[in-house]
Amino acid sequence: MTIAADRTQTPPAATVPRRHFAFEAGRLKQPALALILPALLLTWWHFATSGQVYSLIPPPAQVGLAFYDLAVGGIRNDFFSGTLATHVVASVTRVYSGFFLAVIVALPLALMIGRIPAVRQMFDPLLQILRPIPVTAWLPLAMIIFGIGPTSAIFLVFLGAFYPILINTVFGVRSVEPRLFEAASMLGCSPSAQFARVVLPAALPAIFTGLRLGLGFSWMVIVIGEMTGVPTGLGAIIMEARQLSRTEVVICGMIAIGVAGFISDRIILLIGRKLLSWSPNHV
Amino acid sequence: MSDAPTILSLRNVGKTFEVQGRRIEALHDASLDVKRGEFVCLLGASGCGKSTLLRIVAGFETATTGEALMWNRPIEGPDPSRGMVFQDYGLFPWLTVRDNIGFGPASRRRPAREIQETTDHYIDLVGLGRFADVYPHQLSGGMKQRVAIARVLANEAEMVLMDEPFGALDAMTRERLQDELLGLWERTKLTVLFVTHSIEEAVVLSNRVIVMSAGPGRIDSDLTVDLPRPRDVSGTDFNDLRRSLSSKLHSHHGKVAA
Repeated sequence: MTIAADRTQTPPAATVPRRHFAFEAGRLKQPALALILPALLLTWWHFATSGQVYSLIPPPAQVGLAFYDLAVGGIRNDFFSGTLATHVVASVTRVYSGFFLAVIVALPLALMIGRIPAVRQMFDPLLQILRPIPVTAWLPLAMIIFGIGPTSAIFLVFLGAFYPILINTVFGVRSVEPRLFEAASMLGCSPSAQFARVVLPAALPAIFTGLRLGLGFSWMVIVIGEMTGVPTGLGAIIMEARQLSRTEVVICGMIAIGVAGFISDRIILLIGRKLLSWSPNHV
Repeated sequence: MSDAPTILSLRNVGKTFEVQGRRIEALHDASLDVKRGEFVCLLGASGCGKSTLLRIVAGFETATTGEALMWNRPIEGPDPSRGMVFQDYGLFPWLTVRDNIGFGPASRRRPAREIQETTDHYIDLVGLGRFADVYPHQLSGGMKQRVAIARVLANEAEMVLMDEPFGALDAMTRERLQDELLGLWERTKLTVLFVTHSIEEAVVLSNRVIVMSAGPGRIDSDLTVDLPRPRDVSGTDFNDLRRSLSSKLHSHHGKVAA
């Protein structure tokens, strides 16, 4: 009744809150849509596992409880209790060490491969032969070279992140519109200055795609990297829990990697959006 | 105009491209003198070598035969004194309107204050004050081309080379930009070399029309347009000239087609 009265008396004022409401609904629609599939998955998981006597997969409630115990402790008070933070910190450190190492090596190398034919001819064949070798295949060799410990994990993450960054950067650097070089040179920008003033900014969207993919691969590789016998890390507890048949802890580790990887991706996406606001089709 | 010094001269310029082992003569024996302050249109159908000629003047291509001279010195590569306006704009998408216009002065390491003053001046000149901090993808085609013109002027170009600059614009925008370009030309007394395939555009804009034809690309005739400005597109003189250019163009074109 009051809304109807409002509408008849002051129509302009009545439209404003309604529009505001529509805006709010629009903002909520996206997360709501994103939650449908996880909710369905959770429901299916619950009904498929709970109440079953010989289920090898623990029901979601049990995993939730295990996650709480892993994060805070106080329920089982065993080997895993309250250790989540330690493992997350260990894994994050390794992921970012390997990732930044890959950035430091792949980025300059890709810029040179993209612009200098001699460098391309020198590096391209070797890199293309090494590329199809999966990161898992490097594991034994990495353990021999770097020993048992976090260095091997960092090396494997480095390998995982290296190629996406390299390939996307080379692509970005090589696909700069020729017109932009003409424009720069007729405006008095010397060929040597064009690298910083034309090539780099023009390649930035592709470079960011490479960084994003590389970081994603880093998180995928970390489990393999932490199979090398390190005591901490999300990959390490997954392997540990597997051997102890603690499947609920395995799933907790998986969830933690998913969430950590997701947060990493959001961070890099935000940085990308800020730097690439000029691009009509930025990431 | 006749007492103005010669800024550009082309002597028997030819250009042959090699495409997959085949040699294609894009331009044959072109000679042309342009005086400072002239507005010259290169008019012709596609394949007549008009863009090749313009790109040789810009320094993007080197002539296979003959020589291209500016102020009696051979043209060796692109230079800020010869600014180019492309049909597809060629703006830097990662720079705002202001920074696109300031790109030339910044490349030549002018002091920051001077760059600021220059860009402000040219942003105003092309009427883009409200869009100074906007990126190219947010601009219409006409606005993009204004930026492209402004960045060449901001770089103290003596000669502006335009390669069908209004070809991608709608008719209304094209007419407005033609008027604006003439206004700028009259105020600054620049030398303009303007490639077009539109007879009307050539007659509206230029002092001189160079008619070119294809197979191989060459200069056919060189006409002076001395109609008073502003030009009345519905006037008798205008249409007489347009008709005579049209017949010239079609007679050459017919030869090629046959």
